[in-house]
Amino acid sequence: MTNHRAISYQEATARERLLQLFDPGSFEEFLPPYKRVISPHLGQLNAPVAFDDGVAVGRAMLGGVPVYTAAQEGGFMGGAVGEVHGAKLVGLLRRAVADKAAAVVLLVESGGVRLHEANAGLIAVSEVMRALLDARAAGVPVIVLVGGSNGAFGGMGIVSRCANVVVMSEEGRLAMSGPEVIETANGVEEFDSRDRALVWRSTGGKHRYLMGDCQRIVADDIAAFRTAAREAVAQYTTQPAELSMEALEAEQRMLDERIASFGALPDPVDIWTAMQIPDAANVPMLEVDSFIAVAAARRMGA
Amino acid sequence: METLNYRFEQGTRRLKTDPQVVGVVGSGNLEVLIEPAALDGACTIEITTAAVGFGPIWQAVMNDFHARWLLADTRISINDMGATPAVVSLRLDQAVQTMLGDAK
Repeated sequence: MTNHRAISYQEATARERLLQLFDPGSFEEFLPPYKRVISPHLGQLNAPVAFDDGVAVGRAMLGGVPVYTAAQEGGFMGGAVGEVHGAKLVGLLRRAVADKAAAVVLLVESGGVRLHEANAGLIAVSEVMRALLDARAAGVPVIVLVGGSNGAFGGMGIVSRCANVVVMSEEGRLAMSGPEVIETANGVEEFDSRDRALVWRSTGGKHRYLMGDCQRIVADDIAAFRTAAREAVAQYTTQPAELSMEALEAEQRMLDERIASFGALPDPVDIWTAMQIPDAANVPMLEVDSFIAVAAARRMGA
Repeated sequence: METLNYRFEQGTRRLKTDPQVVGVVGSGNLEVLIEPAALDGACTIEITTAAVGFGPIWQAVMNDFHARWLLADTRISINDMGATPAVVSLRLDQAVQTMLGDAK
């Protein structure tokens, strides 16, 4: 590890992530850009299109294990899900079931529904959720990686939480409504979207890890995401991928406990203090290994 | 949006690998899709751009690009979101270099 030079996951494009996360040369794309399966809506609105509609889907090898994968490009419309983009994700998940893939690894980076595509985008996201849960029901585990600068928000935040495992970096963000949306709807007293430290304290990987919303946290390094994804896939060779009633009820209990314990606290630092994290205010400054050590006995959903 | 088409005849360099895409359709950036095509030795470039009215500048950038590489039987398609001429040139070179297998 001493000679290992980190390659930032956050700064990489979706395609760069695919090339570096999976075994070299193993990514085989379905519906590649030259097929030109583009959004039928954006052109009508006189808006730019992308030849892959902002998502690359296909299959690849992860440490010799055949998996199906998709990577959303945050640089194109914030990774937002339109009709074609969503259909590619649904098709991938269904094909993973048909082909009995070992796992699906989703490189999520998305602000949620592409508002330009209105109902078509909303329906697309709901279909992705259904396809994801169908995959799990068929025994195909779904691993979500969140480490792009656009985070995983809105419908894709929900999709992420439907997965078996969510892997995040501190720089990754996961939530329902984004900071600006909360501020617009509830006022700056509720949430100041320009306070970047507050935004990352609230939606960033560390808080999500402590709250039980993600199961693994890694440094902003593609190799670290790769290792975590491999381990997550390996974990499901021996345990069922399907969402069970017991797991759902356990999740509900965790959420009840969360709102009861922390619902009245205004800032994540107050929550970390209530969780008896030593030197809670310093949590954002910790390196990932020290953070994991501190979080180990205290985080929810562990 | 504006669509611009360019065609350069009598290129000498043919690219034989699979189609490649470089870049991202984000603000100040563009994606370049490059693919071999039977075009009687020509190189065609189709640009769809969000910045309307910059035809003469595109023409100049494309002339320079063609002079650098002299591509033959190559189709290039661009989705642009207001990239500057320097960025366009870099992406085009990156696309060709990726096809030639000597990109970083």
